[in-house]
Amino acid sequence: MFDLDPLLLLQTAPILLKGMLITLKITVAAVVLGMFSGTLLAVARVSPILPLRWLSALYVNCFRSIPLVMVLMWFYLIVPQMLARFFNLSPLTDIRLISAITAFTMFEAAYYAEIIRAGLGSIPRGQTQAALALGMTLPQALRLVLLPQAFRAMAPLLLTQGIILFQDTALVYILGLGDFFRTAVTIGKTNGYEPAMILFAGLIYFGICYAASRLVDSLKRALAEQKRAS
Amino acid sequence: MHWGLFFEQAPFGGVQYYQWLLRGFAVTVELSVCAWVVAFLAGSVFGIMRTLPHRAFRAAGGFYVAVFRNIPLIAQFFVWYLVVPELLPGSLGRDLKAMDPEIQFFILAVACLGLFTGGRICEQVRSGIQAQSRGQLSAGLALGLTLPQCYRHVIMPNAYRIIMPPMTSEILNMIKNSAVASTIGVIDLSAQANRLLEYSARPYESFIAITLAYVTLNFTVMFLMRLLERKIRVPGSTGGRHV
Repeated sequence: MFDLDPLLLLQTAPILLKGMLITLKITVAAVVLGMFSGTLLAVARVSPILPLRWLSALYVNCFRSIPLVMVLMWFYLIVPQMLARFFNLSPLTDIRLISAITAFTMFEAAYYAEIIRAGLGSIPRGQTQAALALGMTLPQALRLVLLPQAFRAMAPLLLTQGIILFQDTALVYILGLGDFFRTAVTIGKTNGYEPAMILFAGLIYFGICYAASRLVDSLKRALAEQKRAS
Repeated sequence: MHWGLFFEQAPFGGVQYYQWLLRGFAVTVELSVCAWVVAFLAGSVFGIMRTLPHRAFRAAGGFYVAVFRNIPLIAQFFVWYLVVPELLPGSLGRDLKAMDPEIQFFILAVACLGLFTGGRICEQVRSGIQAQSRGQLSAGLALGLTLPQCYRHVIMPNAYRIIMPPMTSEILNMIKNSAVASTIGVIDLSAQANRLLEYSARPYESFIAITLAYVTLNFTVMFLMRLLERKIRVPGSTGGRHV
């Protein structure tokens, strides 16, 4: 049951690639949008305006205490009607991809917010004071002085979070969305190679994630080296 | 909103809806506790191996972490569900398949979630060991302790205390990850959300109740871990807090 017909892999390669494209689409969209909203949340969390701090903390803590599976189900079973109205879609449109991207973005924003907040926290207070003393406003100080340093310090963690997100996108399986994992499972099921195809999918994920985490490791070393040199 | 829903009769089993919720809650808690035991043991063993002087041990620990951290959890669940029973030696695989499906899925889920989380605990344990100065080990050896004795009496007690805060967040992550077990047929909290939705046709009440159950579980664990942290902290240390 574990012998996989190489011909089958060759024949189904285009469908598998299409699935991988959906996986990458969700990952890239959620990383970009999630990091953007995460930055806004982190800034709100350190802002001098109390209600903003509360709202940001509430959002982050809520999303961090709910399983991703539940968030996906909310966005698949409950929110779609709302989303369909919001984006003005006809009821026939397949909104699974939009639901998935929205769910991952909102979920990841909470995690990115915590990473960026930690990055902002790691910068000495003197930096803020110096920027303000130079006549910058707080938004200017954040944009020109603090955030660039926070991103730099947290680059390895932000990238690692991206790798985790790439793996987590396989959960869109429960939405029936044909990403790489779901496609591999379906091909296996219809051709009687299910266990082999699951192992194959796992191997591909492993290859990509292992290579990516090695890259992050070398980036981490390079950053540490640079810090020591300066 | 119609919260009286939970006290209405469920369509089968002769119970009320709230008992579905409680049952799901119990399964999630049972799964998390059992998986945590597996994760803690596997993470400790492999984490210690990653710090040993012998290269073969370090390589084995590194291999474990690389495999379990670089494959999506849902793919790992499918491997445990579809592949592992075929690979078990002797009659073990057949025995497993002959079990009540509910128990069979539960055992597989414990193994999967436990070893997956173990990969993360392993890294924590390793960093907890490496965070201590080398003098600790040297002093222990100089006093005539063997290497295993050094780990047992000198290094590990401090390592576990150091890694308490990150360990807490790993436990919380594990509880959240346990929801993925519903994909292989474990009827946990998240699976009950689907059942409630299907039979009661009350989407908002069902989902809000299940989500609140997860939040409650999370906060309870967070609170208990904070108590434990305070209790076992090395006297005089700040416990990593700078306030």
